[in-house]
Amino acid sequence: MSVTLPAGQVYVPGGGGGKPAPAGDNYLNHGTSILSWALTLDHKRIGLMYMVGVLSAFLLGGTFAIGLRTELFDPSPFFNKNSSQAWEFYNHMFTMHGAIMVFLFIIPAIPAILGNMVLPLMLGAKDVAFPRLNLLSFWIWVLGAVLFTFILLGGVVRVSVPAATWNGWQAALDGLHIGWILPGGLDTGWTFYTPYSTSKSTAGVVPATMGAFVLGFSSILTGVNFIASIHMLRAPGMTWFRMPLFLWAIYGTALIQILATPVLAITLMLLMAEKILGVGIFDPALGGDPVLYQHFFWFYSHPAVYIMILPAMGIISDVISVHSRKHIFGYTFIGFSSVAIALLGFLVWGHHMFVSGQSPMANAIFSLLTMSVAIPSAIKVFNWVSTLYKGDVRLTTPMVYALYFIVLFTFGGLTGLFLGAVSTDVHLTNTYFIVAHFHYVMVGSTLFAFLAGVYHWWPKMFGKMYNEKVGVIAATIVFIGFNLTFFVQFIAGSLGMPRRYATYPEQFHIYHQISTIGAYVTACGLILVLCHWISSLRSGKKAAANPWGGNSLEWHIPSPPPHDNFVGKPIGNDPYDFSQWKETGENVWEFDPSVSPTPIRARP
Amino acid sequence: MSTISPTHTATDPHGGHGDHAAHPAHLAHHFDDAEQQYTAGKLGMWVFLGTELLMFGGLFCAYSIYRSNFPEVFAYAHQFLDRKWGAINTIILIASSLSMAWGVRAAQLGQQFLLRVMLLLTILGGAGFMVIKTIEYTHKYHSHLFPGRVNKFSAAYAGEKVVLDSFMSEHEGSEGEPAAKGESTAGMKTEAAPAVPATPVPDAIKPHLTVVGDGPVYIDPNAGQGDAAKIVPNFSHPAGLTPAMLPASAAEAHVSAHSVMVHDNLTLTEQKRVSTFFSIYFLMTGLHGVHVLVGMGLIGWVFLKSLGGTFGPEYYTPVDLVGLYWHLVDLIWIFLFPLLYLIH
Repeated sequence: MSVTLPAGQVYVPGGGGGKPAPAGDNYLNHGTSILSWALTLDHKRIGLMYMVGVLSAFLLGGTFAIGLRTELFDPSPFFNKNSSQAWEFYNHMFTMHGAIMVFLFIIPAIPAILGNMVLPLMLGAKDVAFPRLNLLSFWIWVLGAVLFTFILLGGVVRVSVPAATWNGWQAALDGLHIGWILPGGLDTGWTFYTPYSTSKSTAGVVPATMGAFVLGFSSILTGVNFIASIHMLRAPGMTWFRMPLFLWAIYGTALIQILATPVLAITLMLLMAEKILGVGIFDPALGGDPVLYQHFFWFYSHPAVYIMILPAMGIISDVISVHSRKHIFGYTFIGFSSVAIALLGFLVWGHHMFVSGQSPMANAIFSLLTMSVAIPSAIKVFNWVSTLYKGDVRLTTPMVYALYFIVLFTFGGLTGLFLGAVSTDVHLTNTYFIVAHFHYVMVGSTLFAFLAGVYHWWPKMFGKMYNEKVGVIAATIVFIGFNLTFFVQFIAGSLGMPRRYATYPEQFHIYHQISTIGAYVTACGLILVLCHWISSLRSGKKAAANPWGGNSLEWHIPSPPPHDNFVGKPIGNDPYDFSQWKETGENVWEFDPSVSPTPIRARP
Repeated sequence: MSTISPTHTATDPHGGHGDHAAHPAHLAHHFDDAEQQYTAGKLGMWVFLGTELLMFGGLFCAYSIYRSNFPEVFAYAHQFLDRKWGAINTIILIASSLSMAWGVRAAQLGQQFLLRVMLLLTILGGAGFMVIKTIEYTHKYHSHLFPGRVNKFSAAYAGEKVVLDSFMSEHEGSEGEPAAKGESTAGMKTEAAPAVPATPVPDAIKPHLTVVGDGPVYIDPNAGQGDAAKIVPNFSHPAGLTPAMLPASAAEAHVSAHSVMVHDNLTLTEQKRVSTFFSIYFLMTGLHGVHVLVGMGLIGWVFLKSLGGTFGPEYYTPVDLVGLYWHLVDLIWIFLFPLLYLIH
């Protein structure tokens, strides 16, 4: 499929010939009925539907985060005078926070929203390879979300009926081995570790694992779709090494999605069988092995953290290059490091079990492999910094998020090395150090990159500009709040504050207070972001086709894109060569075909 | 596609969504030509089959771990499975794979009638497989060999405990074990816990089956020697060793691969694990069965489409892809059959 531009072929932005869409017709107003959205095969609309769903889940998970930080503000019980009920409520809150954020928000956020939105545009394709599968994948996501909501309903029922009645029901149902039918919330942690989840917890383990199982299918279908699209639908001239780096990252992500998610599916199926039938694969009382569960679970879930971070890295590569008006530094290295991270990510799951009774030899090997992931990650950071060097850096909102990303990701990545080394990990396991580390990576990096991506493609998605000042202020509030929340947790954790506890000794009071205040600040910042988006939709000024001067194919077509994306067939070119774009106004760049593209050898 | 044809840039060969006037009805608007669409579909299917393999891979992994940890348990428990039905099912599935492949060829050659016949035969094969699986499952159900708490070997099982020999006599000769046929002496012997445990003597080698009451308080013959000092009876040779590799005395006492292991041969720890075999058996064959049902549904859908003469040399992607899926289902069974039924 590799095609080179024949001699004399003139590059036409957005493809040439064909019948252009009628003026004003775009994917947003091409059909207005509810069904034209619900049953759409248009990748852009599916991306938008994902955006609504995934952001709702984010709101829900965020509410739980605020709830649990509120409980932790003070060591005494907050939500209930009865401390044991308050602690139990806390267990439910942190579990729902983790499960919703991981399964419903972070994993689908970038691939499903932004991937769906821009992947075919960047490829120069009219749609993803299997549009029907794409729609199916969205509705499967909705089904999974409903199953999670079902647990919430169970929790509400539980809170509203007297404890005695509840226990009576639960005992009766347990006698029939169907206690899982009426879940009373979820209190296992998002990892569903056995044997607690299968033998002790009476809460909604089955609906939750069923939900995660179903969401896994959504993820697999998206992955299959993206891999087939990238292989088959690249526009003429779009060689593998002319793809925007976001696509390399999405490709790596899709690889993980299809290789790891099926293992999670079977693990959760075994867990459900264990819970419902008592089959004894994981429960030691029935002859099972709980560490086997941990191996199965992390064989998926460790690669899954790369599902979260890889596409984020892709966004940052694109944003940094476009907003510093400079060709990306080390394109090949960044591209291959994405694939390297995807593959290395499969070999490091054992570092979650350093204290679970693994042999010292296995610990040493997993430790070494874990360290090796730092290499491709660092390659990316150095290349981003080199791209910024002597660039015409414009502090737009996406760029500000990208810069914050580099800082936070460096923190998250370097603290990961503490946890990858067995000796320090033994001290830090299950402390707030872990919590701080993975929040720096999942929130500080993935969420910031997601916001960078949303702001970067916002004009393309909605055809509206936003107020840069407000965007930058909101980004800074989120950044400050985030660091307030989590930096102190590194200190508390290394002093020995264990994670998942609802209360703590007085000596940790100050850290928890700072952390809770930070959480409120972050929440304010994020609410400001949401208001900013709404105000841009309502009164933003019309966006030009290319507000940033980017050269990947999505900037060659109108904003918002027409229903069919491209008129005719576009031709792939170097996405990071900006020499043919001239800035003709604020956030308006025009394509100038008279300028010839920079020859490859002359590029930095 | 090796060059850019001028028409690609000059005119759009296919119009907007839903505009199928300019090209065959089965070509989606976002593909350039039928070949690209076919290759994309095939690539997607192979990737999907990879995910299926990984999903079963988890189960195969669990199987390997438990079998290597408790080889005796697997050697004992697999005797409850019926090789005869397993073998017939294997033949049925392989035959249905042949008819499926033949169907794909018929579609490629545009032989409509042959295609329909072959698809029907394949569905029939799947149905036959499921019927036999149902017979086997029913058999297990009546013998309290379902997975989990209802398995009579499970620690959580509340009913009376039954051992292999009574199972065999209850379902006379259905096991296909030559040694077991007509040899069982007892019916549902479910005595209370014996005061004196049955002694594991080498005459367990004899076709005669020792009937053991297996009450709630079973006393391990090796009890009192600590878990570490547990002695594996020498008539059940270590897994992986052939008689030739064993010392002469052990080789004499060796139970041939086709003789019967009785519950008594297992240590107390192993007895607790017997239900795990059935858990794994039902999860593996159950998940496989679901795949067979899905495959039958898909072939049924292709069959309905084939009635309209949709497929021919120009367009046979669905037949091909469903065929790939069916072969995978077949392939997984080809691994399941020896791993579960033919252990020794």
